[in-house]
Formats: sequence, C-alpha cells, structure tokens
Amino acid sequence: MLSRVAGNIYWMARYLERAEDLARLINVNANLALDLPKGLSPIWGQLVAITGAEGYAEEFNERSVLKFLISDKKNQVSIMSSMAFARENARTIRDVIPREIWETINTTYLYSKDQAQQALTKRGRYPFLQEIITQCQTITGTLSGTMNHDAGYTFLKLGRLLERADMTTRIIDTRSANLIPDATTSAATYDNLQWMSVLKSLTGYQMYRREMQLAIKREDVLRFLLQSKVFPRAVAYCLNEVESGLDALPNNERTLLAVHRVKRQLDHMEYRKLKQEELQNSMDHLQVGFANIHSELSVAYFGEDATTQSQTQVAG
Amino acid sequence: MAIEWKKYNYPEFYDELIDQKGKPRKVAAKLAKHFETLETEELDKLKNAAELSIKEMGITFTVYDHEGGSIDRQWPFDIIPRVTSKSEWDIVAAGLKQRVRALNMFIDDIYHEQKIVKDKVFPGELLTKSKNFRKQCMGISPPLGVWAHICGSDLVRHDDGQIYVLEDNLRVPSGVSYMLENRQVMKRVFADLFGDFSIMPVDDYASQLFDTLAALSPRPAEYPQVVVLTPGIYNSAYFEHSYLAQQMGCELVEGSDLVVGEDDCVYMKTIYGLDRVDVIYRRIDDLFLDPEVFHPDSVLGVPGIMRAWLKGNVALANAPGAGVADDKVVYGHVPDMIKYYLSEEIILPNVPTYMCMREKDLQYVLEHMEELVIKPANESGGYGMLIGPRSTKKERDTFAKLIREDPRNYIAQPTLNLSTVPTLFDGNAEPRHVDMRPFILSSDQIHVTMGGLTRVALVKGSLVVNSSQGGGSKDTWIIDEEA
Repeated sequence: MLSRVAGNIYWMARYLERAEDLARLINVNANLALDLPKGLSPIWGQLVAITGAEGYAEEFNERSVLKFLISDKKNQVSIMSSMAFARENARTIRDVIPREIWETINTTYLYSKDQAQQALTKRGRYPFLQEIITQCQTITGTLSGTMNHDAGYTFLKLGRLLERADMTTRIIDTRSANLIPDATTSAATYDNLQWMSVLKSLTGYQMYRREMQLAIKREDVLRFLLQSKVFPRAVAYCLNEVESGLDALPNNERTLLAVHRVKRQLDHMEYRKLKQEELQNSMDHLQVGFANIHSELSVAYFGEDATTQSQTQVAG
Repeated sequence: MAIEWKKYNYPEFYDELIDQKGKPRKVAAKLAKHFETLETEELDKLKNAAELSIKEMGITFTVYDHEGGSIDRQWPFDIIPRVTSKSEWDIVAAGLKQRVRALNMFIDDIYHEQKIVKDKVFPGELLTKSKNFRKQCMGISPPLGVWAHICGSDLVRHDDGQIYVLEDNLRVPSGVSYMLENRQVMKRVFADLFGDFSIMPVDDYASQLFDTLAALSPRPAEYPQVVVLTPGIYNSAYFEHSYLAQQMGCELVEGSDLVVGEDDCVYMKTIYGLDRVDVIYRRIDDLFLDPEVFHPDSVLGVPGIMRAWLKGNVALANAPGAGVADDKVVYGHVPDMIKYYLSEEIILPNVPTYMCMREKDLQYVLEHMEELVIKPANESGGYGMLIGPRSTKKERDTFAKLIREDPRNYIAQPTLNLSTVPTLFDGNAEPRHVDMRPFILSSDQIHVTMGGLTRVALVKGSLVVNSSQGGGSKDTWIIDEEA
C-alpha cells in the first residue's frame, strides 16, 4: 500500500466521521432546544466551540450557527466542507476503494451541496441531517462488507476511530457545563435533560441504559462515554480498536506508545472528583493525546514529517 | 409522440442507423424499432436515468479553465447507441492490427538502423524536425520490440460509406474508460434490450491491458508489479487513470510516490517501505517523465526513471519516443510503411493527405484552403486546426502565413463528411456527426477492442467531437448477426 494512499484513506474516513458526528450534534442540540422551557435556550455558540473553529466573532443565533456548521464552505469543519474533503480524498484513491463507495460518497456530497439551503429551515433540517447520518453509516457498512480487510481498511478504521474519540471528548468538553445559560438557576431536571442530550447526540442513550442500568447522572454518563469497552463511541472502545488495528501494521512501536499513554490517562480519571474545570482540562489532555497518535501515524506511514503535515491532505 | 424514422431528417451524409429512404439499416433494425415504440415521456425517463447514473458513477472529465472548487464535469452522453455489424468490424479490426504492427516496426527501425530512410521510403529530414523524436532512445530495444503498447486510432466514415483512419494516437491515448462506462450506463438503463441482441462485450479490456503490460516485465515473476503513473487529480484524464488502476487491481501512483534507487531500479514508497516496480503504464507525456533527461522543472515525473528504463530494469508503456509515429506528417506515410515492412496492401485506408513540406502539395493546399481541413502536425484535442469551408478570409490568411513559415508542421485533408447517428433532442432523433476511437493493445499478442469510444458532436452541423469542445459520447454496439 502506497504511503500517500494510506494517508488519503485515513483522511477520507476522518472526514466522513466528522460529517456524521456534526450532523448528530446539530440534530440533538435542536431537539434539546425544543424541550427546554421558554426563555431557556441552548447556547448555539457552544456548538461552534465544540468544532474548535476559532476567530469566528459573529453573534451566534440558531440560524447563523446552523449555516456555519452545515453549509459554510469557508468553515473547514462544516458538514459540506467535510463531505467535500472526503470526496476529494476518495477521488484520489478511486482505484483502491470499491466503486459503490465512491458512488455513495459522491452522491452524498452532491446531496449536501444541493440540499444545504433546505437544511437551514426548521422543517428541512431533520431530514437533511438524518440523510447525512444514514449515508455515512451506509458507507461505513458497505466498506466493512465489501472492501478487503487489509492494511487499507486498517487505515480507514484508524481515521474513523480517532475522529470519533476526538469528537466524543469535544462533546463532553463543551456540553458538560455551558449549553444552558446560567446553570445554577435552572432546575436540576434540566441538568439531567442535558446529559441525556449528550448521550443522544452519540446515539448512546439506549446503550447507556442497557449497559449501566442507572438513571442519567453526570458521573455515570462520563464513565460510560469515556471508559466503556463495549459502546462503539466511547473513547476507551475507540482506543482499544486503534490498538488492535495497529497490531497488524509494521513499524508500529511509536504509535502504540502514544496510544498507551492516552489509555493510561483515561484509566486514572476519577469522575466523581472531577470539577467542571478539571473535566475540561482532562478532555483537552485527551485531545492532545489523540493529536500525538495522529502525528506518529503520519510519520510512520504517510511519509510526512511531523512538522509539515496538513490537516486536510487534499484541500478542496 | 414517438420517434418516426420516416421523418428522420436525413441530410446528405451517411447515417450509421438509418438509410437514405428513412429505413433502418439491417443491423440496426431491431434497435430502431424499439426506439419507435417509446413515447416521448419514456425516452425522457431513460435519458434522465442515464444522466443520473453518470452523475452517481462520477464519470467525469476535467476542464482546464474552470474556476477553483469543482473541476469535474460530466460528459454528455446520448442513449441511442452506434451500431455496427461484427462482419464489418472484423475487417476494421484486421486493418487496425496491421497498422499497429507496421507502426511498431517503424518506430523500432527509426531508433535503430533507419532502414526505411536509407531505402528512401521515408524522408529522413522529417525526423530531425519532429517534436516527438527522442534522440535519447537511439539504440534502445524495449521488450518484444514493441514501442506503442496502447494505441488509440480515430476512425471516421465518409459519405462514400468507407471507414478511414483519421489519426493514430501513440503517446497517451485516452477515452477507453468512457467506452467501458458507457456500456455500464446502457446496461443499467436498457437492461431489457440487451437480451435481444448479441452485443459483443467490451468488459475484458482491463484484463487484456493487464496481460499486455505484465508481458513486458523485466523480472520473470508470476505477479509482476504493474503500476499506473498519473500526473494527478488535476489532469483531465484523471478519472480514467484511477479507473484503469482500479479495474486492473494495480497501484495508481504519482511521480512523488516513486524513486529510483542506486541500483537503477524503480521503487514505490509504501507503508512497508520501498517496493520494486516492474512495469509502469505511464499517463505522463515523455517530456515530463524524467527531469534529469527532459524538462528539468517537471514535478510530475521521476528523476532517474529513464536511466532505469534504458538499463532494462523497468518497462514503460508506451515506450518513450513512441510518439515519433504519432504525428500527422508521419501519418501520411503509413500506407508506405505497411508495404515496406509487411509487404501487404493497406486494409483500412488513410484519408488522402497533402503534406505541405512537398512543394506541389503546398501549392495545392494554399490554392484550395476553402475546401480543406488544415492541421498542425503535433496538436491534439482539435486545437489549432482550420476547417476550410467554415473559415473566414482573415483566418485563412493567418493560416497561409503560418503554413509558409513552417510547412513541415502542416498537413491538409479534404473535408470529410463524417457519418451521423441519430441523437436525442427533446424526444426527437436528429442526426449528429460521430467518430470512433478503438484501442489496440500490443505486446506478446495484439487485441483490438470490440468497437471503441464513439464521440458525437452535439452542436448541429458541427464536426468537432472533442469533449473539451462541446462533444458528447455514445455507446458502441458491435452486433454479431449470425449469433
């Protein structure tokens, strides 16, 4: 497998996962908005913060945030940009991925481009986001069912898992406190509501119930999302899968070390004691850990220097 | 309302499907009848289904002057296929094989003893002026003595009913992926029709291409490492490069993926380290192939790759220098070559060609510019030509000046009345001019595709079929009437 191709597959998977996660995030935030009492609305600006977009000083309201996250081409982490980057990466490796995958990615990209305006309306939003999620899941499923599970597939998995783990920590990070303004005055029920929405944005509510058999409580939700070894969007699950993927690759020592470092960090977290600010710090640390794993991958397999790597691989 | 062939607007040209009386030709009878049974709405539906398929399959070509962002464009496709009988095609295929054999012998001769020049069959001064003659290739003997492994020859049918060879593309001919994809689209959309005919399949192209390339491997191995070398996603034929690599199960590499080692072998950079490459199907022009030998500032190529090739450590297809026979002036000599090397008469005729380098021809061309098509020797894509009957006085004057300055670089041919095929516009069939590009593969064996890529000039009356200039394409059916 060519180094360049390995990099393209990895990034394609990351962008697809990113598009899907963004769609989930928006969907659930919108649902939460409907549940909250009048006058209490989720701070849409937090969604922008989750994506790590900086320097976006415009005042945030529902519409501007949606536009920013769904259809803004200038925003590198909008759904449309993610689909465009996924498609560009897929285009450079059309020879490696099954043609159905290319066709689905292409169709989804065209859909996101054609329907983005629709998605900004209250009525059109849900079907649009649902379609993005479904298509991304279709791509993941088709890949799993049709592509050789060889080194290429491993890089696909690595990209998807790292992006997913990263997104989970980002959701926890910002959602844990700030979604509802002035949390002290709002009733405790809304606190639970909020944690439920965190779970739901990760399609984790049902699985949480099955696995934990507990009411929704902050520390249990955190333990589930960070340490579960069975929930596929939990950080620990993702890292275990990354580790087993790496086992099949040559020259994996340094990357494995980076994974182990993050896993240790995860094991030593005590949720009960974590105050809000400490929690946010821990999430930031995890994200730095993921970035380290990524750098080691780039150097070991994608033929990049640690200093020259770009986030987009193929800029659209 | 449906198509009525009796009302088909038959002009003074040869139509591939319908004869002068508005009657479908024998080979096209069933197809024509089928289209007559379709209502306008059904035709629209089929047309839309085909367009959707093309969009979803991401069948695209790239245009150079498109502003940023999306650079892909879908290539217009018409759902009425071009139809030819297998008995006629067999003759064409024999003619193409003959032609390519002679061309390969010519190239090999040119880079060795140049017997054809010594015997005064081919004028030697043409070589010294040829843009595509590579002195670096003198004395080289590529595997099996074959230089042009993949050839795309453009065919046209004149109003006399005869099929002529218009030109041979021996450098990096493109279009075969569209031929294959057009068939896929037709199968998706006209699944019911395919059962009624014996349409010769085209699907085996990729495996024949792989076998052709694998036979060139310098290392005797069961699975030689064959790669496709592309200039990258911004090349207009990138879709085809990735398509062929995918169909052959080969790596698609860019120049930066390859290195030449100190042992003068070519390696690709993989996640496991360096891996030796045996055969490179390169889709990069000679001059960009190796910055050490040709354009020093080429970033598309691989430094040292010519060294590896000259030592026989890697096979390049087509071989560097093969383009010497891909030249409109050399084209004029193909009938002589066939006689000289094969002692055979030409099966598939050339279009009569006036070579401006000959004083007599030059005089004729300058006096008859209004009737002729005048082409520069080394341009492709339909650029830089003068179509006499459609030219203005000013254009002709400019061209006359160009020709006088460099007569070697120009040829002229009578304006051919390209044949037409019914093409769908708003539920109605109208005649549009077509050409066809079959592909000929040569190494240990010679294969000719069943049919080829049919390109159609969508603009009424236009003879320019190039994708970059308002052309579209059609599926091409070779029908075995005896089956």
